[in-house]
Amino acid sequence: MLSKRVIPCLDVRNGLLTKGVKFQQNLDLGDPVEAARRYYEEGADEIVFYDITASAEGRGIFLGVVERVAEAIFIPFSVGGGLSSVTHMRDVLLAGAEKISINSAAVKDPWLIAKGAEAFGSQAIVLGLDAKKVPVSASIPCGYEVVINGGRTPVGLDVLAWARKAEELGAGEICLNSIDADGTLDGYEINLTSLIAGSVGIPVIASGGAGRPEHLHEALSRGQASAVLVASIVHYNQYPIKTIKDYLASKGLPVRRL
Amino acid sequence: MLAIIDYQAGNQTSVKRALDHLQIESEVTSSPEALERADGLIFPGVGAAGQAMKALREGGLAERIKTLTKAGRPLLGICLGCQIMLDRSEENETETLGLLPGENLRFRKELEDCDGRPVRIPHMGWNTVKFIKKSPLWAGLQPSDQFYFVHGYYPSPAKELVMGLTWHGLEFCSVFGREGLWALQFHPEKSGPPGLTILKNFDDYCREVK
Repeated sequence: MLSKRVIPCLDVRNGLLTKGVKFQQNLDLGDPVEAARRYYEEGADEIVFYDITASAEGRGIFLGVVERVAEAIFIPFSVGGGLSSVTHMRDVLLAGAEKISINSAAVKDPWLIAKGAEAFGSQAIVLGLDAKKVPVSASIPCGYEVVINGGRTPVGLDVLAWARKAEELGAGEICLNSIDADGTLDGYEINLTSLIAGSVGIPVIASGGAGRPEHLHEALSRGQASAVLVASIVHYNQYPIKTIKDYLASKGLPVRRL
Repeated sequence: MLAIIDYQAGNQTSVKRALDHLQIESEVTSSPEALERADGLIFPGVGAAGQAMKALREGGLAERIKTLTKAGRPLLGICLGCQIMLDRSEENETETLGLLPGENLRFRKELEDCDGRPVRIPHMGWNTVKFIKKSPLWAGLQPSDQFYFVHGYYPSPAKELVMGLTWHGLEFCSVFGREGLWALQFHPEKSGPPGLTILKNFDDYCREVK
């Protein structure tokens, strides 16, 4: 039976982690490659990197990071942040990532999803989707609106309609981030997660709000998510991956343990 | 030396990186001389069956692989490479290499998970394999070990070739073959330590039978 995945997410700027990641013995790491290696050894099922550098120079540095990660870990990893063309996607995949995550660029040009899926297969294309709760209206019937630019810009799209369209266009997976829950550590936005995961046939990764292992369990059970994205909950060594997996297993969820 | 067969189908470099990490000498190649010289062949692949077969036929690689495996050269097929070893695939209704008897079928949308909900397709993520036949390739593995899968079609080989089973809405054959000719639906190069163990075991086998 397919395991539920736990996916640490690392933000990279100019080739370094934006915030240090703490491991056992208070080891504080700023190198994304070393942090990825640690998470790999601790039993992460996949790793996500977001490049938050915008410049062309930053992109070059980041591709170097991707290559070094690919030599260091032997689990799948995906890369997102500012990818806006099939050429960019190809660069990242050739550098060694399994998947690419596209967000704002797909909202601006939905065909980018189809073009990416045709060139590299659906399994390589993850739609990053930032959602914000809004009053239900004729244009936003599900009550969640798609936002871009890190949550700053609403685009007038209904989240459920956009998720379904992305699936039709060939996205292989949706990473669904709640802007409202993000950073709160109060738990994932379960209504949003189950609404989308219950309406599409592709896997949904819940993102935003994880503060305790119970939150992960909720997203993976009631929320129907296939995977959970984790950041603060693992980065400060409060809950090592193993502790999280043991907890999820104790609740009867299928997980991969080393 | 292991030859990773290069037919422009995606994940050759991932396999190469895993072998480098294991300090196993390998070469990504389609040259007849290099394939002939290799102790064993790794047949990787990501993508669609139709396009892959077209590339294999055009380069004359299809015939070369058949000839080498008939002569007893060990081969390990991975993911699409594993599926292509059979006779045909529902994907693009393609006739494939036919190194072993069987076909590839599509996961049907009607399939249900343990909780009664439809399974998600493609089958993507970590899953267990119930190994039902002994092989030097799984030496050192534990029954709880999991492997990374990404696929929308699954192999259905002749019954006597089935070596491992995995559940995703139905029990499908995730590992098949016979001695010296093995096929893995999952990606050993992306399956952490147990996957690397299989690659290492394959190299050991190839050097022993050389």
